[in-house]
Amino acid sequence: MYDGIVQELIDELGRLPGIGPKSAQRIAFHILQTESFDVSRLSSVLVEVREKVKFCEICGNVSEEVTCGICRDPRRDPTFICVVEEAKDVVAIERTREFRGLYHVLGGAISPIDGIGPDDLRIRQLMTRLADGTVMEVIIATDPNLEGEATATYLSRLLKTLEIKVSRLASGLPVGGDLEYADEVTLGRAFEGRRTVS
Amino acid sequence: MPTYRDEGVVLRTHKLGEADRIVTLLTKGHGKVRAVAKGVRRTSSKFGARLEPFMVADIQFYEGRSLDTIQQAETIASYGADIVDDYPRFTAASVMVETADKVTELEGSPQQYLLLVGALRSLSRQEHPTELTLDSYLLRALSLAGWAPTFDSCARCGEVGPHESFVVQLGGMVCVKCAPPGAPHIVPDVVLLLDALVRGEWDAAEAHTQQNWSKASALVSAYTQWHLERTLRSLEHVAK
Ligand SMILES: [Zn+2]
Ligand SMILES: [Zn+2]
Repeated sequence: MYDGIVQELIDELGRLPGIGPKSAQRIAFHILQTESFDVSRLSSVLVEVREKVKFCEICGNVSEEVTCGICRDPRRDPTFICVVEEAKDVVAIERTREFRGLYHVLGGAISPIDGIGPDDLRIRQLMTRLADGTVMEVIIATDPNLEGEATATYLSRLLKTLEIKVSRLASGLPVGGDLEYADEVTLGRAFEGRRTVS
Repeated sequence: MPTYRDEGVVLRTHKLGEADRIVTLLTKGHGKVRAVAKGVRRTSSKFGARLEPFMVADIQFYEGRSLDTIQQAETIASYGADIVDDYPRFTAASVMVETADKVTELEGSPQQYLLLVGALRSLSRQEHPTELTLDSYLLRALSLAGWAPTFDSCARCGEVGPHESFVVQLGGMVCVKCAPPGAPHIVPDVVLLLDALVRGEWDAAEAHTQQNWSKASALVSAYTQWHLERTLRSLEHVAK
């Protein structure tokens, strides 16, 4: 334990996802000891990002406006919707240049043990988007791990009631990982070889 | 280098840092173990899906000061794919691993390990209806932890039954004198069903009506929540 404000900084940093006590301490001392480190720049970006960045009202992607750049782009094909867990997965798929449709960001995956059920994700919003009949195919691109698969199973069961083609990314993706770590070539191939589930 | 080897079933995982995970396992001989799997979230990881929930693996651990590290993992049995294929099976399995996590808080045992692996295997092979497999697992896991429910004699005074009331807080069926006012009455058939589930008498359990299965499920849920002294987060997401 350190005194006062130093410990407070370590505690705050430790609250961030993926940062354990040791990393928090290392970052805190980097901030304290590195003169070239621009603290005011970091703090203003933090404040700005909270003020400016919102989530797209339509798809849930991060956006500086009410709707995101992809949803506003008239060149995108509105008959395809690709469902992903996080906004960072949109970035990963955009890198492949394989997909020209729209996205739907769920905000996570179903994980009952963490208390996350279907109602905690943006699934109701997805159903609303599908209601007007524009969408012909829903491509489920949740992570190729257990929670991602469970979410895909739930969604395909739910979407079976609609007259929409549902497909899942090809299993060429290595199992157990996060989508964001898949390289462009593998991810692109997974899109081409997606299989129909219903 | 202090290392050890054991077989274990993965209960849950947490993301750690950029690409690592903390894996919580129930092992056969070392109780519950929390260990770091390095680089497991990268799609190039040598571990692949071997350290996902419901997987049973032969694992080599490197002992650390606070957390152990997983050096090697070889799959013994893989139930995840068949479980995740069906949403109710997935939610049932989630309740099982969360319960296993809680009942082994202080100390694990080879029996708890074998019970869980057996239940996951049975679930993945759809040997019995999903809800019965879950309820039987819960009753048996609690029994192994020392909280076996009483069905024949009164749970409080021991008077020989059959009795009519089931009181979760008292540990099972109770006689008229011991039952608090308003204690719920239970039809004898449901008591027989609960008893069959504890014993794993599947033919007897499956012969009951769907309505009795649901009544038994509600009691088993209440009994489990009470004894674990907290809410099982996964229980409210169980799909029918
Ligand atoms: Zn959008
Ligand atoms: Zn009594």
